[in-house]
Amino acid sequence: MKRLAANLRELYKHRLLIRTLVGRELKARYRGTILGFFWSFLNPLLLMIVYTVVFGLILNPRDLAIGDTAWLYALYMFCGVLPWTWFSSSSLESANVLMINGNLIKKILFPAEVLPVVTVTSNLLNFLFGLPILLAFVPIMGKRFTVYALFLPVVILVQYVFTLGFSLLISALTVHFRDIKDVLANLMTFWFFSTPIIYSLQMQALQRVPWVKTLLALNPMTHVVEGYHSCLFYGELIHWKKLGVTLLVSLVLFWAGYAVFDRLRDSFPEEV
Amino acid sequence: MHAIELEGVSRAYQKYSARHRFQTFKSAIVKGDFFRSLKPDELVTAVDGVSLQVEKGTTFGVIGSNGSGKSTLLKLIAGIAKPTAGTVKVEGKISALIELGAGFHPEISGRENVSINGIMLGLTKKEVQRKFGEIVRFAELEDFIDAPVKTYSSGMYMRLGFSIAINVNPDILLVDEVLAVGDAAFVPKCLDRIDDFRRRKKTILFVSHDLATVAKICDRVAWMKDGRIRMIGDPKRVVDAYLQDVAAAQEEEFRERMRAAPAPGAEAAGGSGEAAAAEAGEAEGAGREKRWGKREAEIRKVVLRGLSGEEKHVFHPEEGMTVELDVVARESLADFVFGIGIFNSLGTLCYGTNTQIEEWEPVSLSGEGKASCRIEKLNLVNGTYYLDVAVHRRDGYPYDYHHNLYSFLVSSTLRDEGIVRLPHRWAFSPDIRLKPPEK
Repeated sequence: MKRLAANLRELYKHRLLIRTLVGRELKARYRGTILGFFWSFLNPLLLMIVYTVVFGLILNPRDLAIGDTAWLYALYMFCGVLPWTWFSSSSLESANVLMINGNLIKKILFPAEVLPVVTVTSNLLNFLFGLPILLAFVPIMGKRFTVYALFLPVVILVQYVFTLGFSLLISALTVHFRDIKDVLANLMTFWFFSTPIIYSLQMQALQRVPWVKTLLALNPMTHVVEGYHSCLFYGELIHWKKLGVTLLVSLVLFWAGYAVFDRLRDSFPEEV
Repeated sequence: MHAIELEGVSRAYQKYSARHRFQTFKSAIVKGDFFRSLKPDELVTAVDGVSLQVEKGTTFGVIGSNGSGKSTLLKLIAGIAKPTAGTVKVEGKISALIELGAGFHPEISGRENVSINGIMLGLTKKEVQRKFGEIVRFAELEDFIDAPVKTYSSGMYMRLGFSIAINVNPDILLVDEVLAVGDAAFVPKCLDRIDDFRRRKKTILFVSHDLATVAKICDRVAWMKDGRIRMIGDPKRVVDAYLQDVAAAQEEEFRERMRAAPAPGAEAAGGSGEAAAAEAGEAEGAGREKRWGKREAEIRKVVLRGLSGEEKHVFHPEEGMTVELDVVARESLADFVFGIGIFNSLGTLCYGTNTQIEEWEPVSLSGEGKASCRIEKLNLVNGTYYLDVAVHRRDGYPYDYHHNLYSFLVSSTLRDEGIVRLPHRWAFSPDIRLKPPEK
């Protein structure tokens, strides 16, 4: 615990560096493109349109748990996909981030944990840039905002801690086990379908197999995504207990991820 | 007061990749057993029990051949690598010029990279803003600072990197061979800046292969070999000792090469009669341009010696050399000329002569014998030289001609240029004053 506190202080000390590098990430991402930052809005918008067409008009699923129009289903999906994109691209990028920036670790005295933190944070910002599109579509698709939408920052915070912990763990381990990169790409697909993004836990079919529901409840991302659904789609209070436990799990993961990172830190300069 | 203090510092690296270090993925995760204890034969000791102190305000040089552990030592001092054993104590803020422009992002402009790199090296935002003008001016990049760094030439890249690192204004500056990339105008500027550091009584640790610069700017020098410090002390003495060691190693290498690939013809030695000679001549068909002649008289062996008779391949320009030829005549000859020629690595004949040119009259040659040519002083500049030796008839018909089959090295600290070093002496009238070189 003392170690964790020291590490957090260290991170805080490097906040200027983190901020600068996040800025650099965002600038470099759209550098050379004509639309520039506009892509941050355009990407989710196009995604939203694709979902609406494919799932709303072509597949046309109807489940009372989600709603009876195609538009509602597309909105439901979008609520989950946007935060999921933040989580999965953070994790996938973290797997590479120490190797890509090997020069920094090898050639200058550089606090390596800054790198995964920067990855997760710049993806958070990208998520936040896409959020207005989502918010704009809530009324367009026929849902109304409630006061419970104000709990959105809590959900974002839980996801931030969870993603940070996971990314720290992944980035440190990948230095030694390069296979993780490939394992992770597959794991992410599996994880995506284990999270109620394209389906809802309330769907009829799921009620008949309770053990599947239990399994899905063990996935922390389930509760995070459900949190987004509560805030934006259903307009109801987030599930405090479930989200609270998820926060606890996230904190433990953060602690464990940081501990592994610390343990392996000295080997980075020669291994990356 | 010491700025840097190392106490029995060692650093070992594994020979193989990380995968060998772990038993299994499972044991690594489950037991938390990330580091299996390594067997000694899996380790390479890059730095081995080094202890040294660097006084505050002095310039300390580290020299040594490639792979002697200099860079690892620097990384240990910079804190980038952790010692396997021993302690590293450093007093004050460090800036390490290990790789210039490490951390530049190619897509964004020089301006943004300056501020990001400055912050990476420990400056605050304000400090970066204050020093920005100076950084750009020193790097001479005023016109390009808003262009993306990927459009920079490697020289521009390194100038910007150097300029940022030096403007971090550290108490201790670590310089690792980074000046090798600069052009003729920028390197003196960098050295000036390093000099400026010296005047301001900052500590500098300087790793370089440029021995002349090391000897000039350093107060003390350490010579590293195989991860250990071989010698530490006065720059001139240490540099000299290092050079002697290098010359000895080169000598060793030359001998090794000679042993591995003996001069062609050696295998034919001992054979007698026309048949053997013809056979030998045919066998060497492939290397015809290297050796030719029917070998009525054969040069069996060529040995280069110092003037006191020891076999040698690395010479100082002021040294002399004897070229010794072992000759066997298969028949009695009355028409023969011995000759030698020295070529430099560009293929330019530096000097050639033979007994005919010098008006020696051949009388008779039969059986075995030795012919040698004693050169009192080589007077050549630094470099590798190739030797031609030959015995032929006066009309040029070759008995045995060895073209560029032997080589030797001339090595000195002086960097004079040309084909030969003409014996010379400088003199000045009393109103022109120069300090003579230290001997």
